[in-house]
Amino acid sequence: MKIELVVNGQPRSADCEERTLLADLLRDSFGLTGTHVGCDTSQCGCCTVHVDGQAVKSCTMLAAQADGCSVVTIEGLAQGERLHPVQEAFSACHGLQCGFCTPGMIMASVDLLRRHPSPSDEQILEGLAGNLCRCTGYVNIVEAVRTAAGRLAAAEGGSK
Amino acid sequence: MYSFSYQRASGLTQALAALKADPQARLLAGGMTLLPSMKHRLAAPSTLVDIGRLAELRGIARDREALSVGAGTRHGEIAADATVRASLPALAYLASRIGDPQVRARGTLGGSIANNDPAADYPAAVLGCRAVVVTDRRGIPADEFFQGMFSTALEPDEIITAVRFGCPRRAAYAKFPHPASGYAMTGVFVAEFDDEIRVAVTGAGPGVFRWQAAETALARDLSAAAVGSLSLSPEGLNADLHAPAEYRAHLVTLMTQRAVAALTSASA
Repeated sequence: MKIELVVNGQPRSADCEERTLLADLLRDSFGLTGTHVGCDTSQCGCCTVHVDGQAVKSCTMLAAQADGCSVVTIEGLAQGERLHPVQEAFSACHGLQCGFCTPGMIMASVDLLRRHPSPSDEQILEGLAGNLCRCTGYVNIVEAVRTAAGRLAAAEGGSK
Repeated sequence: MYSFSYQRASGLTQALAALKADPQARLLAGGMTLLPSMKHRLAAPSTLVDIGRLAELRGIARDREALSVGAGTRHGEIAADATVRASLPALAYLASRIGDPQVRARGTLGGSIANNDPAADYPAAVLGCRAVVVTDRRGIPADEFFQGMFSTALEPDEIITAVRFGCPRRAAYAKFPHPASGYAMTGVFVAEFDDEIRVAVTGAGPGVFRWQAAETALARDLSAAAVGSLSLSPEGLNADLHAPAEYRAHLVTLMTQRAVAALTSASA
């Protein structure tokens, strides 16, 4: 079947099977391999992308369900050479070790900061409840989200 | 997963026709359970009829008798909705505890109760709030809707369009989540109506059920202490590698107490 959607601001189309998952469409048809498939059972959140502005697990969504939608992947966050503030914060706070979960963590963090621009620690933990990291113990990930919230607020204040 | 054909329904009428035309077709709403089941080859529908975008299945409204929630409403929407939070805050709270944010962005109320997973959260609220499950052809009272593990009163080609929740004076939900999956090892919804108290238990048994002994005790004395001495027989409760039936029976008392404590300490 033919799928048409907007990926990271660009109109894209592809022929795929009805059973093709959104994660596989992004990786295999569009080469956007920043979206990782960790568990393929909706547990780990490594495949988190935004569909029409909401974080979803792209391993548990058919490409067909995303037809006509706007999808943002980890590749769509940076502006040219400039990293997104959440990406910068993960780097600055050492919020990653092996990096496998990081794209999903960052996409989930961007989503949670949209819903809670100055989150409590509890809101951060709840916002990342769908994402697993097997390296860090989460301490620096939470710190990265806290730091990103501050940077985003400062940027917001600066632009006013 | 096995291959299948996919069609996005343009409306309820078309979705109904598609189900009628092919008994092996299945509805796809959020897909949070169906797609993983298909990956595990526990389900192999011939056709998926996608009703995820049908406007007819959306919407939340409060009238004099009930809070009506469209079957296609996502868990995250129910958790955040101002009308739900004002009319039935325990339902908003329950929705906010399902799965994780990504799952709540996709999963729907109708999908959850149509599947009737014995460890799902919504059945406790539907039964506890003496809701009516509204379909394309009738209204089904909650007491008749749930028929044990993964079974409901739905006809094979019947589609849930909304759930009308009765609005109790006060209600609360307490859940002991499985630490990894988040599913209810036991969840208890307690609702205080003018004429009765209802205690609905999910996760503990093969399907959601009412705990009548607790309802009777709480009708006399709506306090956590009133159920402290009650114990549910573990016979017939779920037993698996996570918890034996005796443990779940204990959790039922404990979660009922927690729900009652939350209910009596809340202002509404």
